[in-house]
Order: sequence, then C-alpha cells, then structure tokens
Amino acid sequence: MKVKPVNHAKAAEEFIEDTAHMDFHDERLWDLRQKRDEQMHILPEWQELRARASAIKEHTLANLPEYLEQFEANAKKNGIHVHWAADGAEHNRIVGEILEKHGAKSLIKSKSMVTEECCMREYLEPRGVVVTETDLGERIQQLDNQMPSHIVVPAVHKLIPDVAKIFAEHYHTDPNDSSAQSLAWQQRLAARPVILSADAGMTGGNFVVAETGSFVVCTNEGNADLSATVPGLHIATIGIERLVPRMADMGVFIRMLSRSALGSPITQYTTHFRGPQKGSEMHVVLVDNGRSHRLGMEDFWTSLKCIRCGACMNTCPVYRRSGGLSYGAVYSGPIGAIIDPTFNERKYSTLPFASTMNGSCTNVCPVKINIHEQLYKWRRVLAEHHELPFVKREVMHMAGKLMGQPTLYRAAINSTEVALSTMPRFVLYNWLNPWGKHRELPHPVKQTFHSWYKQNRLKTKKKEGESA
Amino acid sequence: MQRAEEARSLPGVRMKIGLFIPCYIDAFYPNAGIATLELLEKLGQDVEYPMNQTCCGQPMANSGCNKDAAAAEALFVKNFAKYDVIVMPSGSCTHHVRDNFDAIEQTDEVRHVRENTFELVEFLHDVLKVEDFPWAEFPHKVGLHNSCGTLRALRTASMSELGEPFFSKPMDLLNKVKGISFATPKRPDECCGFGGTFSVTEEAVSAKMGTDKVRDHHQAGAEYIVSADTSCMMHQQGCAERAGVPIRFIHIAEILNGARE
Repeated sequence: MKVKPVNHAKAAEEFIEDTAHMDFHDERLWDLRQKRDEQMHILPEWQELRARASAIKEHTLANLPEYLEQFEANAKKNGIHVHWAADGAEHNRIVGEILEKHGAKSLIKSKSMVTEECCMREYLEPRGVVVTETDLGERIQQLDNQMPSHIVVPAVHKLIPDVAKIFAEHYHTDPNDSSAQSLAWQQRLAARPVILSADAGMTGGNFVVAETGSFVVCTNEGNADLSATVPGLHIATIGIERLVPRMADMGVFIRMLSRSALGSPITQYTTHFRGPQKGSEMHVVLVDNGRSHRLGMEDFWTSLKCIRCGACMNTCPVYRRSGGLSYGAVYSGPIGAIIDPTFNERKYSTLPFASTMNGSCTNVCPVKINIHEQLYKWRRVLAEHHELPFVKREVMHMAGKLMGQPTLYRAAINSTEVALSTMPRFVLYNWLNPWGKHRELPHPVKQTFHSWYKQNRLKTKKKEGESA
Repeated sequence: MQRAEEARSLPGVRMKIGLFIPCYIDAFYPNAGIATLELLEKLGQDVEYPMNQTCCGQPMANSGCNKDAAAAEALFVKNFAKYDVIVMPSGSCTHHVRDNFDAIEQTDEVRHVRENTFELVEFLHDVLKVEDFPWAEFPHKVGLHNSCGTLRALRTASMSELGEPFFSKPMDLLNKVKGISFATPKRPDECCGFGGTFSVTEEAVSAKMGTDKVRDHHQAGAEYIVSADTSCMMHQQGCAERAGVPIRFIHIAEILNGARE
C-alpha cells in the first residue's frame, strides 16, 4: 500500500482552532525572532559571518570524504571509538551492541535530532534498555509520546497546564500546578536519580572538528554534560554533515548558533569533547542516513549546511500558526519542508506547499541556505514525479491551456456580466470553496479593465485616427 | 533591446511601454489598472495595453506545474516583445517574469522581455525617477504593505531579517503625496498569507495570517492598507470584512494618480 501524504493543512487547521495555544506559540516564537534581530544589530559583521559560515560549510561538504577521514584518524588518536552508520537501522544496531557489551540497561540522553531520525528509542526499548531524555522539553515530549515539535524548543507548542497534566500522570505531582519554576523543579527531582544511576549516556553533537578529532555540544540546561560524563560510557550520535575543518571555524559558528536560535549571545554550556575521561569510554557514531544521497542532489545539497538553529522556524509565519507537529515529520518548518522529501517523497510531498514562499527563512538562515528557492524547486520535482494531488494537477493543466488562448480566456471572464462568478472558478476550480470559510470574496465590478480600455482608449484612438 | 537600454538611461525620453494588467486586477480591481495607465500617461509615457494578454504563467509555475506555464509564457512574449519596457502593477508577476520565467526556450526575444519588465513602483522610482506627483493628495493615515515579492525578491524596500539600513521605494513615492501619513504596524514585513494557491489549499493558515495582518495595521491606526500588490489586498480585504476589522484598501497607483476618497 502506498503511504499517504501528510495532511498539513488539516492538522494546521486544528492547531489554529485552539486559540490559546496558537497565539502563545506565535508570540513565543516571534519573540525569539525579535531577540535574534537584536543580537544581529549588535554585530555589525553579521552578514560577513553568514557569508563565512556558508562558505566554510560549502567547502567542507565539497570535500566531505577527506575531512571525515581526517576526523576519524584524529579522534582515534584521542582514544575515541569511531563508528560509521549508513542508515538508521545500522545506527541503532551499533548503539545496541555497545550497550550490550557494557551490560547497560539504562541510557540517559540529551537532545539529538539524529536519534529521532533513526527511531532509536523504538529500537532500544523493546530490547530492555530504558531511555530517558534529560532535556526538559524533550522529556515532556517523551512522556507525552510525541515527536519534538521544534528542533531547539521541542515542547514550545505546549502551555504550562499541559505540562502539569503530563507530570501529574507520570510523576504524581499536582495536576493544577501553574508555576513553571515548580514544574521544572519536579522534573529535576525526577531526573536526578535516573541520571546518577544510569549505565550509559548519549549526546548529539553540534559540530565535529576534523583537525582536532573533537566534537562540540551546545546546550542551555547542562544536561548533555551530565549525560556525557556521569555514567562513564558516552556515545555521541552525529550526522556526517556536522563537520568543520578547523577549530578556528568554531569562532564563526559559535557566534551565530545561539544568536540565531534563541537570541542569546551563546548557549549556557559549550562543551568540547576531545576524548574519554580516565576509566571511561567514548564512542562517536557518524550517521549518513540519506545525507550522501542528498549531497548528490544539484538543487538541494546545500540544505546540508544547516546547523539546526531553528531560526527559519521562528520566523516562518506558517510554522508559527500551524505548529511543528502538523508537519508530521522529525524536521518541521521551512528546513523540514526541504529535507523531509529526501526521506520519503510521497509522504512529505505536501510540505513544500505548506509555504507562501515569502523568503523570510532564507534571509535569517545563518548559513544562507536558499530555503524558499528550494521549496519552489521541490514543487517542480514533485509535480514531475506525479506527487501532486490529482485535482491540482488537472486544474493547473486546464488553466495553463486556457492562459495560452486569449479568446477562450476572455470568453471565460466575460461569459457573465460579473467577472467574479467565473474568474476564480477557472483558476481555482473546486478549490474555491475554502476561500470563503474565513474570508469574504472580492466585490463584483461593473466592468473589467480590458473592457474599460476598449471603450476608453481604443475607441478614442480610432476616432483620433479618423479625424486626422 | 539596445533601444530600451538607451531610452532608460536618458531621463525624459518617451518610452514605448507595454502595460500588463494581471488577471486579479482585470477582473476585480480595474481601478488599480486604470490608475496605473493614467499615471504613466500623465508622466508623458506612450502606453499600450495589448488586448490579447492573459497571464504571466505564475500560478502554474508556483504550483510546480512548470510545463503548464509554457503556453502563457509564450503568449506573454508574443504580446510584449515589441515594447521597450513592460510595466505591471504587481510585484509577484514581475518576480515571476524576471526570475522564474523558464518554461519556454530562452531566445533573445524572451531575454528582452525578462530584462525589461518592471513593477510599477520600481519603474517610477528607478527608471522614470519621478520627483513629484503634484496632482496627488491623500490626507489619511495609511499602513504600507510590501508584498513578499516586492520586499524579498524585487528588493524595493529593506527587510528586517538582514538588519540593513532602512530604504523603501514605495514610501519614497508616497512621501511625495500631500497630506499622507503612515501607521507603523508591529510586524511590518510579515507575510500576509495569500501565497497564490496556498490561500485555498492551506485555507486556515492563510486566513489566520491575513486576519492577523489587517488587525496589526488597524491597531497601529491605519485607515487604509496601501500596497503595490492587489492579490495580497484581495486576500486581506476578504479577511478584514469577515473579521469586522474596519480598514480600507487602495492600490499605490491610485494614490499616486491622485485618487480622492
């Protein structure tokens, strides 16, 4: 059976109906966008930083095999075990084997989009490994059995009462607790014993440095550092595109990451992992999972420059009003809409259309990914691969034919006195119905421009010609 | 093509202008089209509206159906290749012709059309370099809506994302109109949610964005929303009327042409 495309429009409609959640979501993320703007204004070299960040990433991606091998060699020298995973299944198998070798039954982890991509929890839990997210937002999502709705603030679509309810169910706390501080404290009380008794820890990695064989993890809660250092076994799962050539490059990226993401100059914790502590083990799993394939796509390879700051999501007026879960994918928002179809063209065929292509995303992106242009190009690819809904395809085909024939086009407009009654029908056909759900139709007019021109200019010109 | 470049480099030279009136304006907002024509005539230009015009091909191309845009693009070139410049009161159509018009073979004729197509505001501001509009007076507080096509593709105004120094070609022009004043919305360059077929395929998000947009302008004290793009305003007007937001809409060409209300 063919997989059904994600119905973003319907999920978004449901999200919008819940006004309290939607308004908070929109305001909260717009606030992040404004804080990002404030940080940008502080740095006069912002555009230069963007250009550099983009150039470094493009250079690295163009020479990816060499830099990956350089990283592997240097990491091994540092005492890090390096593994290569072609896809999610191989990643999960590798992690499972490491845990099994150590007899590890409990794994604490910080936020990692790659493990979401690989569906790692779903693999490990039936095998007897208890996986606990240590990032507050990610933990809330785990308890609620939902995907992260945002790559930086995973539970941003939830309000305090939602969290109180989830914690009451799992931690037996007060379901009417309305204090964010108190709820955060409850999470701390619940998480600490789990962290202190965990057998293994896992982190992601924001950046991997080839020349030093090290990797960098940026968080605001310090949970990655606890996850990495407390258990004595640290596994870092990292996408192969996270590479940069030199430590000096961090001077560009660290300045941009948190400013773009949250509008803060830097994350609370920026940790460089260079090798295992005495008596412990460190593993890095480098994950491909479709990245090499994407690197070969002429129009879409630069999406691999992404540093996962979420600035494109915060600025996106569609994302802010539809919520991350409406995208039905690990990656949501504008960046998700150009990455997700590389994982499954049919399932995510609707996402490049969940955009007005306004271009705000492209212009906040710290690594200058031309996101809205890639959305446009994806639409073409999806149309060519027959992944458009039948009605849309037919309407566009009919409209295209009509627009090539002025006489028919004019007849369609003039067939009734009021252009309104035919005009949108031939352009939009039976899609017209949704227009009026929350909007009025345009007002009818007495005369089209075409007819006015004929009457007021062509006739006059003709008369002038006759009298001359 | 050379003639067009020469003509454009010499201020005061009369150009042969082909006027393109997009389908929405033709059918629903003819006054914006009439104002564009009259304004260009007042400024001494030789303007013609080819009667066989239909569409620039944008709706099909934006939906991914680029092949279906070919007939419209070919007809567009057939209609407009003979003019020095092509002017249209629409940012998104100009963006399509200039940046995405590739469903047909790129002949010299096609290149001439693409290179010499202008949105009305940039044509008045950059090519004709109009100094004043002595006939124009509009004693109202207006909220300026820059469509995403004009803002981020044609770059007729600075965008907040880049932190660049402020500039606004439409505001430069409107500032030459007697009595006009501007309201400052909280999110001046957020998209209004029209987005072509997005307005129907993603109806809920589109209408919410439009309603938020008109409320933002209304709360900032705008009596009118003025824009160089009618499609955005058609959508916003629909949202405002349904939500009961008392605000009116007018195309920039109408104000510059001396509309009185």
